[in-house]
Amino acid sequence: MKDRAILNGLIVNPAGGTAPGGVLIRDGRIAAVGYFDAPADADILDAAGAMIAPGIVDLGIFAIDLPAMRAGGITRAGLMPDQSPPLDDPGLIQRAAAAGKPDLWIHPIAAATRGLEGRELAEYGLMHASGAKAVSCGRRWIPDSSVMLRALKYANAHDLVFIAHAEDGGLAGDAVATAGETATRLGLPSAPAIAEPIAIMRDLCLAREAGAPIHFRQVTTAAGFDLIRAAKAAGQAVTCGISPAHLHLSDIAVSDFRTFAHLSPPLRDESDRRAALEAIADGTIDVLCSAHDPRGPEDKRLPFADSAPGMAGAETLLPMGLALVRDGQISTEGLFRLLSTNPARLLGVEGGVMAPGAPADLILFDPHAPWRIDVARLAATAGNTPFDGLPVQGRMLQMIKGGQLFA
Amino acid sequence: MPAASSSSAFGLHGAQAFPHRHLTGISGLQPHEISFLLDEAEQWVDLNRSASKHDDRLSGMTLINAFFENSTRTLLSFEIAGKRLGADVVNMHAAQSSVKKGETLIDTAMTLNAMRADCIVIRHQSSGAVRLIADKVDCPVLNAGDGWHEHPTQALLDALTIRRRKGAIAGLKVAICGDIMHSRVARSNILALTALAAEVHVVGPPTLLPPAIERMGVTAFTDFDRGIADVDVVMMLRLQNERMAGGFIPSPREFHAFWGLTPERLERAKPDALVMHPGPMNRGVEITSSVADDKRRSAITEQVEMGVAVRMACLDVLTRKRRGVDGWA
Repeated sequence: MKDRAILNGLIVNPAGGTAPGGVLIRDGRIAAVGYFDAPADADILDAAGAMIAPGIVDLGIFAIDLPAMRAGGITRAGLMPDQSPPLDDPGLIQRAAAAGKPDLWIHPIAAATRGLEGRELAEYGLMHASGAKAVSCGRRWIPDSSVMLRALKYANAHDLVFIAHAEDGGLAGDAVATAGETATRLGLPSAPAIAEPIAIMRDLCLAREAGAPIHFRQVTTAAGFDLIRAAKAAGQAVTCGISPAHLHLSDIAVSDFRTFAHLSPPLRDESDRRAALEAIADGTIDVLCSAHDPRGPEDKRLPFADSAPGMAGAETLLPMGLALVRDGQISTEGLFRLLSTNPARLLGVEGGVMAPGAPADLILFDPHAPWRIDVARLAATAGNTPFDGLPVQGRMLQMIKGGQLFA
Repeated sequence: MPAASSSSAFGLHGAQAFPHRHLTGISGLQPHEISFLLDEAEQWVDLNRSASKHDDRLSGMTLINAFFENSTRTLLSFEIAGKRLGADVVNMHAAQSSVKKGETLIDTAMTLNAMRADCIVIRHQSSGAVRLIADKVDCPVLNAGDGWHEHPTQALLDALTIRRRKGAIAGLKVAICGDIMHSRVARSNILALTALAAEVHVVGPPTLLPPAIERMGVTAFTDFDRGIADVDVVMMLRLQNERMAGGFIPSPREFHAFWGLTPERLERAKPDALVMHPGPMNRGVEITSSVADDKRRSAITEQVEMGVAVRMACLDVLTRKRRGVDGWA
């Protein structure tokens, strides 16, 4: 296979900075970065000033949706166990792991308990051997703390990080919104935002007891960030993530019963949203993920409380992330640590690295190209985005997975 | 004689007085639009008290009462209202319909639409369900109660009852008492009464007061005696059976002891305070029989009477465009 040289771009190196240059690809891996002498017979791709960054590693998608992933610049994705049936069996893991190749590598996340029911441990060891890269309770809460403690210990013994859902199940109950003025006016079942810090506090204690690392998939409240910040300062192995919706929207987006804004965890009030932006800026948040969950009218064109939670987020992840760069919350290379480097490290997979030897999983994008999010024009299997109509900047130009070009 | 219409008082003509296709809630209505509906209802109070309770302005029109949640009183009230206006009234009980067979709400709505209903009245157990249907059908939609969200005709009939008894609503102190959290009646009444410049107290056990309720412009009390001190109107709410057993309150008798309206408690309100209840009542739980049946104080049967008049007014106003009424078409 001939070498490929991408020239005349702006290299985003998550471990360094952003600087003009190119990337030389040999045998599916990065051979050189910056300025280099391209072999005479190499295929040349002129980036024409576009940014070249590591492909996005999306930690926590709910559906394998190849067109949306490709349009979003996602080269690897952690698949949540909340599938039908739940990913609690080595055979299901194996099948999921093969579902996206060659352009998208799916890294299945094993269900922590059988059927995600929170009672009996699932076969982490066998699932790990079949391709599982983490363990998670999905969007649910394991109510029995002794089960949670054992799950943390057992996952750690198999070198799998535990991905927790931070909502106390008792408080969350049937709630579909955060307690506050909006939920009260609409007459929606709601739970106080403290459901989140209560869950984080318990699970931090259990993880410390187990001597196990823990990742909170979505942290969305000021009190939650304070707990994570304090635990990190104390040296605990804890990380957390968020999706763009909680950075850009508050629970006001639920007004008029807009089911596209029905998320899990639910949208919070404005002060929590501001706290999330601060947590991005000060490094408390480690991962920015899409939580991609395309849902058609059968799940969304229903009364709010009867609708399924979740949003189609794959295609809007990059532009909404770039909005944080433009607003000065984070640098471009810092954004790609959240989008790529950190999630790859948590899953224990290659990716998120812009250096010789790393796999040539790259995206080319124009960070300034303007477009308007339109539910009817998304590549996703369903266009349930609360960002409909929003003007954004940042357009994918080219995806490269393992050195191969995918349009 | 009907009262002078506020539409002329505001210099509004025809549809300017009520420029809405549907009635999905009190939310979104201007105070003068609420008053307009109340004024319109007055003429129907008069008609309903006469021997021949009939008007044929909705003759030939089909009114569908689609009730996805069981109801006796509200359904009956809408049925009588429609019939007194001459409409062909059809009642659909979801308990016996294809909804049970898994048909989606939207599909059911489209079916009703295809049958060329001229007005659809909907009750549904989920908040927001009525607005969802209203966006999909061609005819006016009237909310007869959606989840915990709104029950606009209840608020209108309560306002009409208060206005007739007290002369005006502005400046009155009204206490709404009981299970505020799960009550669409409470929410619609809060919106209507605050819009009409009444001072509203909400009173109930802390477990049944919704979060941030004061943001709706009311004062919240858990102490019943303080909450009803010097009020002009005491509006009791029904405590649903499923809330009585332990989850939200310890027991019906404990609820009655602290939040039930007794003759002694009523002493704290103004001497001429009006007692109201949307029905059906749990006698001995939220209200003592002697209070409910006290003709001088209780407006409970009058509320039922006003309900028919208010619903006639709503059906009339919402169908004016379809009927080609001058100034509305």
